[in-house]
Amino acid sequence: MSDASPDNGRRHLLIGVTSLLGAAAVGGVVTPFVMSMLPSARAKAAGAPVEIDVSKVEPGMMFTSEWRGQPVWVVNRTPEMLEQLGKNASRLRDPLSENPDQQPEYCKNLTRSRAEHPNLLVVVGICTHLGCSPQDRMKAGNGAGMGDDWPGGFFCPCHGSKFDMAARVFQGVPAPYNLRVPPHMYLPSGRLLVGADQNSKGA
Amino acid sequence: MSNLAKVVGWVDDRFPLTSTWKTHISEYYAPKNFNFWYYFGSLAMLVLVIQLVTGIFLTMNYKPDARYAFASVEYIMRDVNYGWLIRYMHSTGASMFFVVVYLHMVRGLMYGSYRKPRELVWMIGMGIYLCLMGEAFMGYLLPWGQMSYWGAQVIISLFDAISPPLALWIRGDYVVSDATLNRFFAFHVIALPLVLVGLVLVHIVALHEVGSNNPDGIEIKKNKDPKTGIPLDGINFHPYYTVKDLVGVSVFLAIFSAVVFFAPEMGGYFLEANNFIPADPMKTPPHIAPVWYFTPFYAILRAVPQKQLGVLAMGAAVVIFLALPWLDRGIVKSIRYRGNLYKTAFGIFIVSFLILGYMGTQDPNLWYVNPVSRICSITYFLFFLAMPIYTRLDKTRQVPDRVTE
Repeated sequence: MSDASPDNGRRHLLIGVTSLLGAAAVGGVVTPFVMSMLPSARAKAAGAPVEIDVSKVEPGMMFTSEWRGQPVWVVNRTPEMLEQLGKNASRLRDPLSENPDQQPEYCKNLTRSRAEHPNLLVVVGICTHLGCSPQDRMKAGNGAGMGDDWPGGFFCPCHGSKFDMAARVFQGVPAPYNLRVPPHMYLPSGRLLVGADQNSKGA
Repeated sequence: MSNLAKVVGWVDDRFPLTSTWKTHISEYYAPKNFNFWYYFGSLAMLVLVIQLVTGIFLTMNYKPDARYAFASVEYIMRDVNYGWLIRYMHSTGASMFFVVVYLHMVRGLMYGSYRKPRELVWMIGMGIYLCLMGEAFMGYLLPWGQMSYWGAQVIISLFDAISPPLALWIRGDYVVSDATLNRFFAFHVIALPLVLVGLVLVHIVALHEVGSNNPDGIEIKKNKDPKTGIPLDGINFHPYYTVKDLVGVSVFLAIFSAVVFFAPEMGGYFLEANNFIPADPMKTPPHIAPVWYFTPFYAILRAVPQKQLGVLAMGAAVVIFLALPWLDRGIVKSIRYRGNLYKTAFGIFIVSFLILGYMGTQDPNLWYVNPVSRICSITYFLFFLAMPIYTRLDKTRQVPDRVTE
């Protein structure tokens, strides 16, 4: 068959249209398989808020609970720890907590806590670098093996990221953001509800 | 005509049996000067077979369910007849796979096996290596121990640095969970092995199309016997190299068995102590490090003090091998005929890789870990990035026409 065949225009058009429709069909078939790998309805439903009794967390202690399969820390900070927070600013990446993804609006303050209990820090204990759970290095000074000028905070064992007692990240470590403060509120009973606040019902 | 010949003839009329055997085995002419470094290709195939066979038998008793996975591995170790042996063969096989593949790659680097016309052989090989990394990573989640869990958490978070919805899609949940375990099982036991076997076949077909390189980096196809058309420096793969490879197989199996029977954990390098503790999503072990074969890249990741850039550097450290055929501007292929510039660069590269591998196993808080990792990351990348310059300046020696003994 020669190139001058009068059918060539039609042939190219038909090949083009068939390929296009074929590609659309492949796309259509691939979609359900790709979507099947997203979180299932059950996984989505498992994110319900949890209630925590904070009355037993003594000053200077922390308590780990679970929300959405992640560790949530409740840290009761002593007055000395709170006082130190104001002095850390120059060594932090985001001292004013200006990244809106890392805490609700009501925790955008020096202590990164709700006004009712400025001593209580509620934070998701997952490093913003690569998702390890940092460790307690709350004792200030050299005792924690963090150097003499360590103001107290948390240390991620995986890649050495450091956070202060308001879970704000230090400069010169791999973690890019402060630890995330989840939506939370104190119930009339005094118990802590993690995962929901007045603005959102169980987000 | 014997009965066997009749059967073969019957098949040959319908399927290229004899011609395939000849093309790839009995009349594939490989250079006669292969040395020690040429054992590792066939050994990699042997380990692949070990992994496939032991893997199939492990799936008979393993349960890909976050509630039962850890216990089912312990069940295999304690109650299944010879379960301990099959599992230790599989876990040792994973590490040995990387040992032979790394040595196989060093061979390719030394003798310029990635150079024209073998660029595709090299790139397909890199595809196999990437596939192997995925296979090892996903397989490591299955025992559902602490290192399984937190290792997966860290690596999936790498994708989070690129695109959070991508990480969510990979996990199938907001955290590493049962959904993640189940799909990693699917990828580990069927999807990736299929790809791996396919790539290995393509690797060999591509190699046999262009012919094997050799320690002299001489193209043996340039000197053919005018009568037969067979390369003068070539010998039949079978029986010459099949028999030679059998020696390699014997030595390898002796070492392999020694590890399986006497040191299956290899002092924590093949199986890490923390992985004998069931996964706990609330608590990261105090010191986590990947299995040894990932530590050089892990050290590069940690060396960069910025998340996205660190991920990028780690990815680049692997992918940059693909560009080797075009970075190398040297006249000769083999290190035997290169000058001191290349030899020095190659030496620094190997040492950097080994030091990075060691640093990746160390606590990041030790004072020397970050500075040393940073220096070695730079020298690692310089080997590649400066290659177009030093390979061109290098004073090479004259390559002989025929291979040397």
